[in-house]
Amino acid sequence: MTRLTTEALIIDIPGRASGVPLNLAIEPGQVWGVLGPNGVGKTTLLHTLAGLREPRSGQMLLNGTPLVDIRRKTVSQRMGLVFQDRQDGFPATVLETALIGRHPWLSPWQMESGEDLAIAERALETLDVIHLKDRLVNTLSGGERQRVAIATLMTQSPEIWLLDEPTNHLDLQHQTAVMKLLRQQAACDRAVFMCLHDLNLAARWCDQILLLYPDGQACWGPARDMLVTSALESLFGQRLLSAELDGFPVFVPG
Amino acid sequence: MPISSPYKPLLMLLIAGFLAALLSVSIGSTAIGFEDTLRVITGSGTDLQQTLILELRLPRTLSAFATGGLLAVAGALMQVLLRNPLADPYVLGLSGGAAVGALLAMLAGAAGFLVSGSAFAGAMLATLMVFGLAHGSGSWTPSRLLLTGVVVAAGWGAIITLILSMTPASRLPGMLYWLMGDLSHAATPWPGMIILVLVCLMVFPLGRALNVLARGSLQAAALGVSVRPLEWSIYLMASLLTATAVTMAGSVGFVGLVVPHMLRLVLGNDQRLILPACALAGGTLLVLADTLARVVIAPEQLPVGVITALIGVPTFLYLLYRSR
Repeated sequence: MTRLTTEALIIDIPGRASGVPLNLAIEPGQVWGVLGPNGVGKTTLLHTLAGLREPRSGQMLLNGTPLVDIRRKTVSQRMGLVFQDRQDGFPATVLETALIGRHPWLSPWQMESGEDLAIAERALETLDVIHLKDRLVNTLSGGERQRVAIATLMTQSPEIWLLDEPTNHLDLQHQTAVMKLLRQQAACDRAVFMCLHDLNLAARWCDQILLLYPDGQACWGPARDMLVTSALESLFGQRLLSAELDGFPVFVPG
Repeated sequence: MPISSPYKPLLMLLIAGFLAALLSVSIGSTAIGFEDTLRVITGSGTDLQQTLILELRLPRTLSAFATGGLLAVAGALMQVLLRNPLADPYVLGLSGGAAVGALLAMLAGAAGFLVSGSAFAGAMLATLMVFGLAHGSGSWTPSRLLLTGVVVAAGWGAIITLILSMTPASRLPGMLYWLMGDLSHAATPWPGMIILVLVCLMVFPLGRALNVLARGSLQAAALGVSVRPLEWSIYLMASLLTATAVTMAGSVGFVGLVVPHMLRLVLGNDQRLILPACALAGGTLLVLADTLARVVIAPEQLPVGVITALIGVPTFLYLLYRSR
């Protein structure tokens, strides 16, 4: 089990005041949702947590060890990230794309084994893209590519899942399937931390919420305490109507 | 990326390379039949045939093979480095630097080793210049590297023209041959061959990391690749390969661009397969091109770069036209 914590973390967004330092504890079993308007630094936060960007100050710790002191390969066995944008400079098939998730687990001299292949195929099956496994990724639709990206993370099988808007481009059915998958992973003592734009998905599936404000302010805590109409209205600068359905809050623009 | 049988295509390429070499040593001003060639290789045959094949033609054939292999591998590496399938070993101004080095040596009246050494120095200088400038104030993106290289290459081009315009007419042909790539002055094939084999052995353990890097540097970092050191080593390796090739044969164009591209169309994009395949296919292609260059207007010889360009330009345009 791996625990990701931040100590007085301030992400580095050029030209912005430092604001509130983040002292987050992302525990196994939790599903976190990060909400905030465009450009507030959600992606920067994810990249910083994954160790791909330097923070302005503070640090991240994996099980109490500073992230910078851990080998990149070890980090990538514990923590994986689904990016919002993907580059495909060279054509590659869906199966090949999922298989790169095994990279952290193989030594330089090792080829992917049958077991690695089985892991990748299982992930593609879970994400409902196994029928596309021999197709080139750049010929797929946006939603299919998104599912392939999540399947790649699943193939990597880290204990901490960072996802940048995982429901982008997905239809309703697959949005639900992906959110259910993420909850399942959390139930297996993994931690999920994702940026979202859809308040209702966050309300339905996340148990912890982090609100990021444009001036660098932030607050976080259990979803029930954070998803309050007045707080969300000031976050997005948008009047909201809310109701409760089946015990989950629902928000629509007012 | 799972290679079902990586050895089959490599074995086929190896056989093709061997046949091309056999063809290359048996064709020439004095044609020697295949049977006689085989006889010489196995240790018999007449003295004349022995001298002709083992001392004159074989070194040149091996030089051609090494040059082609080096350029194709360098091209494949550059393409991964720049995440751009259209990159080639010369695109970053390496050949320009080498050419300026070689031409300056020729202008000063030097020949042989001095020209080669000067070309090598020029290539490495060009490498350091582009790398240092593209590094600049920190951000080091493929597009910035590419732009820096292209602009520096244009600068070298201007210097080459300047040198040519200042050169007495009697020395021009040698320079032009060098600029278009010419194997008749290749001294010994061995340094190139050894570097080619060494690099092929080195890139195999790097192969999977290169596959991941081809998906973008952030994705690679997220999968545990130390991106910056890897990019440095690819760049230095590709530069060394190119500099060695240019030193042997002048600037032979299009091998580094076309060979990796064609192989990717057929074999997919696993660097662990593509890189050794590039070494074999690039070598084979240049052996064939050099054979053509020797026989088309025999007893005169064409610069081999003309042949590769004549094959390369239409092939490349066709591939580009076919791609989206």
